[in-house]
Amino acid sequence: MAGYRNKGKGGFMGWVDDRFPATAMWEDHLSKYYAPKNFNFWYFFGSLAMLMLVNQIITGIWLTMSYNPSAEGAFASVEYIMRDIDYGWLLRYLHSTGASAFFCVVYLHMFRGMMYGSYRKPRELIWLFGMAIYLALMAEAFMGYLLPWGQMSYWGAAVIVSLFQAVPFVGPELAEWIRGDYLISGVTLNRFFSLHVIALPIVLLALVVLHIIALHEVGSNNPDGIEIKENKDENGVPKDGIPFHPYYTVKDIVGVVVFLFVFCIIVFFFPEGGGYLIEAPNFEPANPLKTPPHIAPVWYFTPFYAMLRAIPPIAASQFPGVVVMGGAIAILFVLPWLDRSPVKSMRYKGWMSKVALAVFAISFVILGYLGVVASTPGRTLVAQICTALYFAFFFLMPFYTKMEKTKPVPERVTG
Amino acid sequence: MKKYLVAFVIALFPLASFAAGEGPKLDHMAVDLHNQASLQRGMQVFVNNCLGCHSAQYQRYQRAAEDLGMPINLVEENLLLGDQKVGEQMTNAMFKEDGASWFGTPPPDLTLEARLRGPDWIYTYLRSFYKDESRPWGVNNTVFPDVGMPNVLEYLQGEQVNHCTPEEALHHEVKIDPLTGKAMGGCMTIAQAGQQTTAEFDKTIYDLVNFMAYIGEPSKLDSHRIGTNVLIFLFLFFFVAYALKKEYWKDVH
Repeated sequence: MAGYRNKGKGGFMGWVDDRFPATAMWEDHLSKYYAPKNFNFWYFFGSLAMLMLVNQIITGIWLTMSYNPSAEGAFASVEYIMRDIDYGWLLRYLHSTGASAFFCVVYLHMFRGMMYGSYRKPRELIWLFGMAIYLALMAEAFMGYLLPWGQMSYWGAAVIVSLFQAVPFVGPELAEWIRGDYLISGVTLNRFFSLHVIALPIVLLALVVLHIIALHEVGSNNPDGIEIKENKDENGVPKDGIPFHPYYTVKDIVGVVVFLFVFCIIVFFFPEGGGYLIEAPNFEPANPLKTPPHIAPVWYFTPFYAMLRAIPPIAASQFPGVVVMGGAIAILFVLPWLDRSPVKSMRYKGWMSKVALAVFAISFVILGYLGVVASTPGRTLVAQICTALYFAFFFLMPFYTKMEKTKPVPERVTG
Repeated sequence: MKKYLVAFVIALFPLASFAAGEGPKLDHMAVDLHNQASLQRGMQVFVNNCLGCHSAQYQRYQRAAEDLGMPINLVEENLLLGDQKVGEQMTNAMFKEDGASWFGTPPPDLTLEARLRGPDWIYTYLRSFYKDESRPWGVNNTVFPDVGMPNVLEYLQGEQVNHCTPEEALHHEVKIDPLTGKAMGGCMTIAQAGQQTTAEFDKTIYDLVNFMAYIGEPSKLDSHRIGTNVLIFLFLFFFVAYALKKEYWKDVH
């Protein structure tokens, strides 16, 4: 039982352990949490996502100290941070680049899960908590993007909130309720600020705790998709398991250093990311009377934005597009129940699953590209095809995973 | 699993190819934040010609003086307008309403103009005014058609005439003389000379835009210096981290 270790032993830790399961928690989650020894490149992104979460929270706290959440003062306060606060520019760029980096590692982390079947029984709840994190992260990023109160902040928020307007019957009222006004205004900025710095971070942190508790309850999956707990030695330690600490802590440090190298190149030398991380129109204060010629969401939303634009309106209503966009995210939640394959990992699945995953990933990236560029009839057609392929990956999964011939799964993990 | 990674990277490639946008053809200028003489001249041009109507409301004189290596007393004597203090921001005394009635729209603040439109745009725009009697100020602009701004620097540049239709002017190619390296022909010619030759004027505008690029992001000087050190540290630390990992993992088979 977790709470009963190192009790009555005396000493400082004994004193603490009599009152709080510190040693038990340390052992359960680090020094005696046995992770498969065959983690590869793709397994860095979980700890990197955690690093980015911490980065966003710490830089966010300091940015909040000098940011002014009002329509009159927001834009100027960002420039004040950039110029008059010592290292304010660094805090701001760590935060703005961190948002994109967070999505980047989360997408790779999710792709890893899809590749090795990390969502399969008994890890369905890990996947569901993870998807909830992804959803909360999207809300967090969307609300944070309004705060600099630049032109793209304003009009990006205007476009996304207007999507709710497409909901039948209650749409206009719903959008008005979200904005707190008839258009995006200082009222909207204030509530988005409140949600961005308090409500959603609390939700995110709680979900991350749930994600990790669920993970440590069932144990990590691995590139072979086999359960290391089914093969234990005489001490009850999985034969293919190694303690997370120190083995994976020292390994993750290497990953963190490599990641930070790339991250810092962007933070210090290309913080605008060629206009894709900080969009040029955002250097002009929000102006409700002047629409920018081309409104594009930030890159991490563009795959879904491309789907929205690809779906033609029915009876002048954008609602079908909104449904498809929402469906594209919602369908990820049921992924654990769509996969009927006898094996978990892509390594032992048949060619159909491999082709399907590759087509899915490429469609997603193409949609991401189409979402940043202006739409033309040709591009819309490509977006429609990619949207269809995106959904086909999920809808056909129960069939191709069942039909295809899988390879035999080894007893023990391979390299 | 490497092939998945490769496929992923290849699939990302189209992202790199859509940087080019539509719009007028712009002349390129390479910003050089280490050329202090250019930045100092640019500040002089900016304060003497732009600051009457425009502002740089987020940029402080003193910060610019320190970053550009100018003695504070020289800035106080020569570049401060009215009773401004050197620690203040570069603002002006024009009312927004007056600006709107004189020019059709209040002259925008220029602190972030180089980040909003890019240095190339400003560099081309300021050299693209031409005589057009149909406009209130007698000039028009090929980069920003029907702009409300007069050609403030005409006394330096001279009076420029445009020989192309608006459509041609929008996409004109500037031919460069291979011997002199100077622009020749194209749509624009100088009908009446100003105080500077075309080459001198281009250099003046270069200095000005260089300065505007600086005020857009004064932290860039710091960030490049600190960033270089951070990257050197991370590069060296990688070997330490990797050696540590190797040491711990040598008993994992």
